[in-house]
Amino acid sequence: MNTTINIALIGNPNTGKSTLFNALTGLNQKIGNFSGVTVERKTGKLNLTENLSASLIDLPGTYSLYPRSADEQIALEILNSTKNPDYPNLVVVVVDATNLKRNLLLLTQLMDLQLPLVLALNMMDIAKQSGIEIDIALLEKKLGIPVVSVAARDFQGVQELKNAIVKQYENPKLASTGINVHAYAPEVIDEIKAYFHIENDYAAFELAHHYHELGNLTQEKKDAVEAIGLKHHFNVNKTQVAETIDRYNFINEILSDTVSKNKPAADETRSNKLDAILTHRIFGLLIFFVILFAVFQSIFNWSQYPMGLIENAFIGIENTLTAILPAGILTNLIIGGILPGMSGVLIFLPQIAVLFLFIAILEDTGYMARVTFMMDRLMKNFGLNGKSVVPLISGIACAVPAIMSARSIENWKDRLITIFVTPFMSCSARLPVYTLLISLVVPNKFVFGFLSLQGLILMAMYLLGFVSALLAGWLLKLFIKTKNKSYFLMELPVYRMPRWSNVGITIFNKARTFVMEAGKVILAVSIILWVLATFGPSKDFDQINAKYAASIKADTTQTSILTTKMNAEKLEASYAGQLGKFIEPAIRPLGYDWKIGIALVTSFAAREVFVGTMSTIYSVQGDAEHLDTVREKMLEARNPTTGELTFTFATVMSLMIFYAFAMQCMSTFAVVYRETNGLKWPLIQLFTMTAIAYIAAFGVYQLLS
Amino acid sequence: MELRKLTDIAIGTVATIDSFTDEETSILLLEMGCLPGEQIEISNIAPLGDPIAIKVSGYKLSLRKQEAATILVR
Repeated sequence: MNTTINIALIGNPNTGKSTLFNALTGLNQKIGNFSGVTVERKTGKLNLTENLSASLIDLPGTYSLYPRSADEQIALEILNSTKNPDYPNLVVVVVDATNLKRNLLLLTQLMDLQLPLVLALNMMDIAKQSGIEIDIALLEKKLGIPVVSVAARDFQGVQELKNAIVKQYENPKLASTGINVHAYAPEVIDEIKAYFHIENDYAAFELAHHYHELGNLTQEKKDAVEAIGLKHHFNVNKTQVAETIDRYNFINEILSDTVSKNKPAADETRSNKLDAILTHRIFGLLIFFVILFAVFQSIFNWSQYPMGLIENAFIGIENTLTAILPAGILTNLIIGGILPGMSGVLIFLPQIAVLFLFIAILEDTGYMARVTFMMDRLMKNFGLNGKSVVPLISGIACAVPAIMSARSIENWKDRLITIFVTPFMSCSARLPVYTLLISLVVPNKFVFGFLSLQGLILMAMYLLGFVSALLAGWLLKLFIKTKNKSYFLMELPVYRMPRWSNVGITIFNKARTFVMEAGKVILAVSIILWVLATFGPSKDFDQINAKYAASIKADTTQTSILTTKMNAEKLEASYAGQLGKFIEPAIRPLGYDWKIGIALVTSFAAREVFVGTMSTIYSVQGDAEHLDTVREKMLEARNPTTGELTFTFATVMSLMIFYAFAMQCMSTFAVVYRETNGLKWPLIQLFTMTAIAYIAAFGVYQLLS
Repeated sequence: MELRKLTDIAIGTVATIDSFTDEETSILLLEMGCLPGEQIEISNIAPLGDPIAIKVSGYKLSLRKQEAATILVR
């Protein structure tokens, strides 16, 4: 008989909890979401003995059971309800052995909840090097729960931890701190205990504090707890202050004779020296910008080659399938709809991988916390927070993972503004559009002999995205009202070498999330667009077919040219074409004709579709690889009635501005919908961004033409 | 000894936390290990003048001056 138990892994941020999770489960991980909320849920399978295995759940890092962010809320939610499917049979509390005092606060709260616990003292190797001596036997005796020393990055103590888990599961040793929680609010605790039929004082106290944010309580129960609190004048702040101080007194007593430090920590001294340079008034900022520039360069340079490989692979698949599949509507759907949709998603994987390689390294070493520290003052002016820096930088690759990374921001207003402004950052989907458009009107010249003029314009577009994000944040700050004060409290962890397995697993997980999240939407939309661009009123289509059938028969040498011409005419007659013509009056003031209109319609779901649509409209077999051919056709394009060039300087500039601002990305819409739990914010975002795009493009065109 | 705001002491001076002037902020600070009686030291200041980094309870914490000013030290 094999039994599977639930084990939760909990701990403060920066305790090496993820490393321990990785060491325990390896790549045997499942990433998903907690039900109802969008917080990432990481679980992994762990074999304990021959007939005992466990589903290990990695709870988001938290400093206490008083949650401050959406992430931290999860731990409370799970530990509060025995009915929760993730409710653990046993909890492993991970603490950083070099920083025991603050780490133990959470442990004492869990002890008072009377959960079966195992305390994992992580980073014991570093603690030893720093001259910290911990009397583990005495600590275990004083706490009354099993304590195991581990060094997760070297896999030390992992087996001992497993043994302790098995022992604690089979024969649980529970202990409490002896802190008299009941005394903080005797009447409230007694009445809540009676109402919920629970025994535990601290569980009742927790309910009195958090009832309003617990998803598993019915409104009726919430009202009941609120009434009990009001009746006895329950003071939320005062009781928490009393509790926290008592807990630290307990911790100080525990640590007084179990931990000794016999020399100043070497890594702490080194860390302080590094901080003196890396957060220096001048060098600090300078180094940050150099790193940023390097990241930026690498995203584009390193990913060029793999992106080419992916592109060629898809061309290969396309050719093979064209050759082996029978001609027909299904084949067309696969080759014209599904394959381009899939390649549209996968093509960005290298950039995302490179971006998260850097972000994971910067986070793992502790440098990212310093970036947050340095940028907070600047970001605060714009309704953002130092922690908004990570989402904004990630936005250069893709807004989808970027918006998800805003979860670590505790303050809802700051987080919302971050989510709102991140899509202004120039993401990689805009890059092919900019590249094509810039090549149309900007000569391939060099300024001062080495700065590419086209490159400068491209950089200006990225700058425009960043500045607009800040401006949008500043404006939003004036409109969004909140009761919660914005604050910034963040641990600056000691600098450490990156743990490469962690970096690798982060990249793998981020890439997988991107493919799953963005992939679904882009694929679905590609298929819809294919339908719109392939079908039209059958009368018109029949006419085109008849017309070309005759000429193809007459001159068989011209078949391929005639077929591309026929496809162009079909696109014009298709539903997408008709949509383009329908919106032409609205986009004429921006300098666009109906052909550009089609591209606007098709790229509404994903910007990069613009290039593909342009090549179809201008009847070339073109894609990002064949920019030159599309470019030539576009340069020659003229208005059939006036004979003027279609892509004038004014039109191209206006288009670039439109693509810089418009939220043409279904995946972003979907992710904002999920992160803000409703349609309100994604809709506001969609409308304001499109409006800004329209007005700005209008202004640019009228000014330049 | 007279009480001063944490923001009024010089970098590198070690002081002792006495009390807090804002209840709501004090809860957050207590949780992070800023306890009355605990030694505290301003370690460094961000390039743009805010936030600041402090050493407390054996680790380094960064916070805005706005929050730091609610900590009274002696």
